[in-house]
Amino acid sequence: MAKELLKGNVAFAEAALRYGLEAYFGYPITPQSEALEHLSKRMVEEGRVFLQAESEVAAVNMVYGAAAAGVRTMTSTSGPGFALMAEGLSYIAGSEVPAVFVNMQRGGPGLGNIQPSQADYFFMVKTAGHGDFHPIVLAPANIQEMIDMVGLAFDLAEKYRTLVYIAGDGSLGQMMESAELPPMQALPTERPDWAVTGCEGRDPNLITSLYLGAKNLEAVNLRLQAKLREIEENEIRYQEYEVEDAEILLVAYGTVGRICTTVVREARKAGLKVGLLRPQTLWPFPLARLRELAGQVKVMFVSEMNAGQMLEDVERAAAGQCPVKFYGRMGGVVPLTDEILNAVKQLAEEVR
Amino acid sequence: MAVDVKIPENMELVYTYPESLTEVSTHYCPGCTHGIVHRLVAEVLDELDIRERTIGVAPVGCSVLAYNYIKTDFVEAAHGRALAMATGLKRVNPDKIVFTYQGDGDLAAIGTAETVHAANRGELLTTIFINNAIYGMTGGQMAPTTLPGMVTTSSPLGRDCSIVGFPIKMSEILAQTEGAVYITRQSSAGLAAIRKLKKAIKRAFMVQLAGLGYACVEVLSTCPTNWNRDPWESIQWVEEEMPKYFPLGDYKVTDAVQALKVK
Repeated sequence: MAKELLKGNVAFAEAALRYGLEAYFGYPITPQSEALEHLSKRMVEEGRVFLQAESEVAAVNMVYGAAAAGVRTMTSTSGPGFALMAEGLSYIAGSEVPAVFVNMQRGGPGLGNIQPSQADYFFMVKTAGHGDFHPIVLAPANIQEMIDMVGLAFDLAEKYRTLVYIAGDGSLGQMMESAELPPMQALPTERPDWAVTGCEGRDPNLITSLYLGAKNLEAVNLRLQAKLREIEENEIRYQEYEVEDAEILLVAYGTVGRICTTVVREARKAGLKVGLLRPQTLWPFPLARLRELAGQVKVMFVSEMNAGQMLEDVERAAAGQCPVKFYGRMGGVVPLTDEILNAVKQLAEEVR
Repeated sequence: MAVDVKIPENMELVYTYPESLTEVSTHYCPGCTHGIVHRLVAEVLDELDIRERTIGVAPVGCSVLAYNYIKTDFVEAAHGRALAMATGLKRVNPDKIVFTYQGDGDLAAIGTAETVHAANRGELLTTIFINNAIYGMTGGQMAPTTLPGMVTTSSPLGRDCSIVGFPIKMSEILAQTEGAVYITRQSSAGLAAIRKLKKAIKRAFMVQLAGLGYACVEVLSTCPTNWNRDPWESIQWVEEEMPKYFPLGDYKVTDAVQALKVK
């Protein structure tokens, strides 16, 4: 496939379709509505299921139903809509059906605005929803990575029968850049054996998150936790850039991670030993690697489009081995390369 | 607990569990009519020979464990979301029969939006709507369908409609949606009513089999425990008091639905 100029929301939507999305349910919300609009046409063209729901509450439960039937299904939204989905997310986690959610984050709290933000880190990573569970959270930094992560999201969701979130932001949804879409993948001819498809020739299947009796539920909790440990064992993903001799380690994800790549390049030109670790999975988090690096660098520097949310995880990883500094912008403001670079230069003076 | 029935050699078995009903004792209280409605659903699934292609959606409420009794594939929905979940299930399983079994708190309070919109879209779904005018499982609180003046654990002085509004008439509302083709309110109290109810349930499944549109059977039902009435008084209350506010009968029957031959 050749590269083409693609808008982020259209790119992930079309990628999902090509990765075998059989049913999409959604509700319009800026800054992700182009995904819903694209799929309203393309899913019908491909003879698949598209339905605009009456609310995000309904959309997540339609996804839950389609996931219980064993097909690739997803929805996409932004913060206010994701909040409405929290109930369903917990049921999906408890029922262990695979489903993918894209959150093109915008400024908050409340109605906030429609500009790019990473203010839903806590909400997505520390679990949106009641009860003990963790989703897998993928954080793309550009449109190509977002396309690739849609395929990864479906694979991981099915491998572990779990929730996978893609943590985008308004700029990733709205920007255009050149990227390559995957080829059209053939749809599976069979449903998984756990799915509800009618009990012809077998005992009935049941998809539920209800386990009456404390010990019954605790046994399920323990099994879910064991699965999460397995995910932590196998699925941590991150990119390192110029970390080998770094004295200052930047830690940033998504759009800010991308900006920080430029910051590192510019800082190196200025003779500063600066590196970057960019988590591609926010959960599971690259805790062990960051802890290792915290013993090697002089200081860690976290930058996010929020008030300092991943910051808490980086501090946990550093465990007091080195100071952890922070530079953030809020309200939908995307930090400029020079802003972060100046902060890094100032920090370099301080730690010299 | 399986029920072991030994038939003496000189006798013939004339009445037994439908194949679609699991042979266990239910958790329902004495005098509760959930058991009757479960059995009717199971008989209909048997008679239409659709058990192996049917998927049930259980609600949150006393019938949350419906899947322990009705022997089909099942999912357990969040409170009020049964029809949204059923929509997802049916859209990706168009050749399967999907039904929801919901109480009044589930369908008529927390799930009102999901219910009205599923009906309005004409989803090819069948709903069994148990209206017993109370929240049973949580201990007898006021429901959206609690009758005026009725005492519950959250309306101890009786439902005061000037403060909390009026019992909601879902069949009347759903009948107004274009997508609904069969909306009826029946009763689970008394033999004649139960026979009519079974016919309505059968018609509601046949509507889906024929791909005609959305069908809902509202069932006036008992809750002796939370009504503080014995089973017999409860049945009388369903027969005599509830229809005064919730009149029995068909609220919408399209010509195509009327033409279905229900045996």
